[in-house]
Amino acid sequence: MAENVLSVRDITMQFGGVVAVNNLSLEVNEGEIVSLIGPNGAGKTTAFNVITGVYAPTNGAVSFCGKEIICNHPRGKMAKLYAGENKGKYTKVLEPTPDKITKLGIARTFQNIRLFKELTVLENVLIAKHMRMKANIFADTFRLSYKEERKMKEDCLELLKILDLYDLRDEISSSLPYGKQRHLEIARALATEPKLLLLDEPAAGLNPQETDELTAFIKRIRDQFHLTVFMIEHHMNLVMDISDRIYVIDFGKMIASGVPAEIQNDQRVIDAYLGVAEDE
Amino acid sequence: MSMKKKTICSLIALLIGVVFLVCVNRMTAPTYILRSVLQMGAIYALVAVSMNLLNGFTGLFSLGQAGFMAIGAYAFAIFTIPLESRANVYYLYGMHEAIANVQLPIFAALLLAGVVAALLAFLFGIPVLRLKSDYFAIATLGLAEIIRIIIGSALMNRITNGSLGLKSIPSFPSIFGVIPGFYFPFLISAVCIAIIVLLIRSSYGRAFKAIREDEIAAEAMGINLAKHKRMAFVISSFFAGISGALLAMFLGAITSTTFNIAMTYYILLIVVIGGMGSVTGSVISAFLVIASKEWWLRFLDTELYIGSFQVPLLKNGFRMVVFSVVLMLVVLFFRKGIMGNREFSWEGFFGLFKRKQKKKTGGEQIG
Repeated sequence: MAENVLSVRDITMQFGGVVAVNNLSLEVNEGEIVSLIGPNGAGKTTAFNVITGVYAPTNGAVSFCGKEIICNHPRGKMAKLYAGENKGKYTKVLEPTPDKITKLGIARTFQNIRLFKELTVLENVLIAKHMRMKANIFADTFRLSYKEERKMKEDCLELLKILDLYDLRDEISSSLPYGKQRHLEIARALATEPKLLLLDEPAAGLNPQETDELTAFIKRIRDQFHLTVFMIEHHMNLVMDISDRIYVIDFGKMIASGVPAEIQNDQRVIDAYLGVAEDE
Repeated sequence: MSMKKKTICSLIALLIGVVFLVCVNRMTAPTYILRSVLQMGAIYALVAVSMNLLNGFTGLFSLGQAGFMAIGAYAFAIFTIPLESRANVYYLYGMHEAIANVQLPIFAALLLAGVVAALLAFLFGIPVLRLKSDYFAIATLGLAEIIRIIIGSALMNRITNGSLGLKSIPSFPSIFGVIPGFYFPFLISAVCIAIIVLLIRSSYGRAFKAIREDEIAAEAMGINLAKHKRMAFVISSFFAGISGALLAMFLGAITSTTFNIAMTYYILLIVVIGGMGSVTGSVISAFLVIASKEWWLRFLDTELYIGSFQVPLLKNGFRMVVFSVVLMLVVLFFRKGIMGNREFSWEGFFGLFKRKQKKKTGGEQIG
């Protein structure tokens, strides 16, 4: 059994009276590609935002590589409003900001591409390396750390070479074609040296050919960088082709999990999400 | 264009600049307006670049620059007014015993001005930096006003001399007794701006730009937002403090009303006209704006007679009307300021001529 990388336990995310994610538990093991699917508004991105620290969950805990990184329980106004389960199971409070989570080794991409638009491809990747920098601001301003800076640049160029973005390194990132922007966002996430990569709808807006390229790309980086990948996706071809396991959620609740073949034949999933082909 | 050629071009440009300044210093009378326009331009260039570091590079829309200039100016002035003229300056309230006999050398006081401004920025930054966009602008604007009012209040009579202001502030000193005082503001501004440019080009500068482009993505890339915003705020205020000290030296006398809201807007105007996110833009526009406001448009303020015909509209204050119109025209034609967010480059400079030439020849062919 491979080592457990990400373990989400009883996560509930409630906004006011709306329960966006309800008692979600899932696991991602080392080297796997795991997908999270579900209809629009099911709470997939909210789950991602909880894992990456954008939101503190209302209740529940998240562990990364065996270490608890996020934990919360309903407090203050939420203590009365709370409509989820497992109240009182968690007592600790751990609410790191997203940058701390990234530092631990969880990188993410966004559903709507969020590149640093006016900066070049190389700068985009260099920014991701910034947090690993040891020099302080004075040393860096007066170039006392030029060796570190040079190393950073070399690493980034190397990464761009591997990911076929080397020729575009001096282009302004917003001028790239859409597919390349997706690649760059993944490259930028990889530059943070993650163990776990979270991809939020990486194939959104891509044409079929680009989607095929992306499938191969994700497999390739998984093997090359020894990554574990956890992604949200709507392209069923991509999901079924690439995933080792799939979780399905609807209205914030998990309705099924298993290998692609199981999911394709699960009646609840078909009702809620996959649907039936009309000619059948 | 090769690296070597660029360096040669830059060196030549630098040489021309220095020769120009030397000529101005040697050949003009000490009261000639070009001298003060250039010195004031250098001071405003520094504060504009420091504001640009915050507004244009980090994306924090601050309107508190005048407040930090005031802090710097007062910190500098209080500790550099010659001991013998202090009784004269503080003639009404007297000076607080603790500081009455403290006088610092000019360079130490200059540094102190920056450090005090930076320290205050650090303290104010704790609550203020939690705010975003417009709210941050309003909070910093309020902050600058509070600083100004506290400095001018009766509470501070024995330290800042309250509403009477400070005078007898030493003028620009000669540097190491070799370089005349005229060059002082240019040198200090150049050094400070060079440091800011180095910072912007460093990894931390890139992190600032990332925050400007997209806060959420920057945070997801591991950039600690609170820490980096605080750094930008503190550093920007440090240099604003130094430029405040330079302004105090230039003016020789300051009151709290010197640093009113209009001054903040004035600095913002320089930044916007130069281009948010362009250091060279800020520097160029600082000199242009100061020159046109203080010098080139001066003739509009004096009544003019041609024969016995009095040219209409020309009277005191008309200069500012024309100045506003010019500003509007600039903003209309250069939406993103003179430089946008690009920096000056020799390729761009020579490209400017080439493009024009091409247009000309292209036009002829069609004709």
